[in-house]
Amino acid sequence: MAIDFLVHEAADGVGVAVVEGLSAGQEITGWVMKEDETITVKLLSDIPIGHKVALQDYQEGDTVIKYNTDIGKVVAPIKKGEHLHVHNVKTKRW
Amino acid sequence: MESKFMGYRRENGRVGVRNHVIILPLDDLSNSACEAVANNVKGTMAIPHPYGRLQFGEDLELHFRTLIGTGCNPNVAAVIVIGIEPLWTDRIVQGIAKTGKPVTGFAIEKNGDFNTICAASKKAKEYVHQVSEYQRVECDVSELWVSTKCGESDTTSGIATNPTVGNAYDKLYENGNTILFGETTELTGGEHLVLERCANDQVRKDFQFFFDRYAKLVDDKKTNDLSDSQPTKGNIEGGLTTIEEKALGNIQKIGTKAPVVGALEKAVEPSGPGLWFQDSSSAAAEQVTLCAASGFVVHFFPTGQGNIIGNPILPVIKLCSNPRTLRTMSEHFDVDVSGLLRRDLNLDQAGDALLEMMVRTANGRMTAAEVLGHREFVLTKLYESA
Repeated sequence: MAIDFLVHEAADGVGVAVVEGLSAGQEITGWVMKEDETITVKLLSDIPIGHKVALQDYQEGDTVIKYNTDIGKVVAPIKKGEHLHVHNVKTKRW
Repeated sequence: MESKFMGYRRENGRVGVRNHVIILPLDDLSNSACEAVANNVKGTMAIPHPYGRLQFGEDLELHFRTLIGTGCNPNVAAVIVIGIEPLWTDRIVQGIAKTGKPVTGFAIEKNGDFNTICAASKKAKEYVHQVSEYQRVECDVSELWVSTKCGESDTTSGIATNPTVGNAYDKLYENGNTILFGETTELTGGEHLVLERCANDQVRKDFQFFFDRYAKLVDDKKTNDLSDSQPTKGNIEGGLTTIEEKALGNIQKIGTKAPVVGALEKAVEPSGPGLWFQDSSSAAAEQVTLCAASGFVVHFFPTGQGNIIGNPILPVIKLCSNPRTLRTMSEHFDVDVSGLLRRDLNLDQAGDALLEMMVRTANGRMTAAEVLGHREFVLTKLYESA
C-alpha cells in the first residue's frame, strides 16, 4: 500500500507527510515504523511534504510527543487531521 | 562493506584519501599572496579566511589549533604557510612539521607580496612535483576517520537520512573506525539521550560541561526564542517546528550501538577509535572545518532541504531522502535514500549504500561538493579580537 505519512512510534501524536500534494479532505495512510502498523487519518488541512499532521486533538498547554519524546508545547488548539507547526506549537527551551 | 581501500599513507602513519598541496594563510592579510601562489602553481589550493590578527586567549589558541590541524590532516600532502609576520607563521609551520610532511613558511614583512609570492611559488612547485608521485597504497577501511553533520534538515532527515548515517555509524563502530559527531546546540531536547550513551562518568561530565557552556552562550546572547535562527528558516519550511524536534532527528546520526568514548574541545584530535563527541557550532561550515582540523578524512552530510556545503580538504558525502529536494537540486547529492520513505529500501540497505559510497570516495571518487567546487572553510571565532 502506498504510504502518505510516517509515524516514528505509536506513542507519537504526529505524523510526517512523505509525499507531495496532500490536501484537506483526503483520507491518508500512514506507517507507524517502530510497531510496523498502518493507520489512516482524514485531513482537515493541506499538509506540505515533510510537515506534520496531528493524530489527536490538542489543547493549549499540551505537550507534543514525537520520537516518544517531548518536542514542544501547544500554543493554539489543534484538531486531529490539522497541520501542526510553528503557528500552533513552540519550543519549551530557550 | 569492503575491508580495504587505496589511500595515501602519510609520514606519521595516518591515512588520507586526497593528496592536496595547500597554500594556507596565517591571517587575512596573507590571502592575496596565497591566492597568487595557487594561481601560479597548478595542483595547489589556497584556503583563504578572514581572521588571524589580534586574537587572544582561547580564541587565539583555537585559531592556531584549527590552522595547524588543517595542515596536519592526512588528506593534505604538503603545505605552504604564508603570514604577515614570521613568528606566528612559524608557529603554524612547527605544528604541521610534527607530522613529518613537507611544510615551509613565508612571511611578507621585509619582503612584500611580490618576493613572497615568488619564493613561495618556487617551493610550492617543488612540492607539487614531489607529491604528484606519491602512490595510493592498500589500507584498511578501519583506518578511515569519519565525521558527520546534518544541515538544512527537515523531518525526512530524522525519519530516513540521519538514521542512514546512524546505521553506517553502527557498522563503522563495530569495524573499529574513529567516528565523530558535534553540533552542541542541536542536541537541545535530546541531551539526555547523549548522556545515556556516554561510556563513563568522566565522559558524561565532559559532555555536560560543553552542553551547559553552549546553553549559557545562547541564554546570554539571545534576543528571542531563537525561532529566527534555530530551527533555521529552511528547517521550518521543511516542517521542523522546534529545536527539540530538530535535535531528536539530529541524534539519529549516532546510531544505536556505539558508546560515546569521549567529549572533545573544538579542533582537538581524538586519541583512539570509537564514537566521539566534539563541541561545535551547528553551522555547517564551522563544524565541518573543525572536523577537518581534527584529522577526519571523510564526512557524511545528510540534508533535507538541501544544504550544499563542501570543504577544501575533507570530502563531504551528501545524502538526502526528500524527493522534492532530490528532484530540484540533484547535482548536489552523492547518495539517494528516498527509497526509505517509499518503503522500497530498508535502513540496513541504506547504511550499506552510504558505506559503499564512503569507500568509493576514499578510493578517489570526487564528491558532488568537490566537483562543484564547494570549499567552504569557516573558522570558528569565539569573540572579538583585541
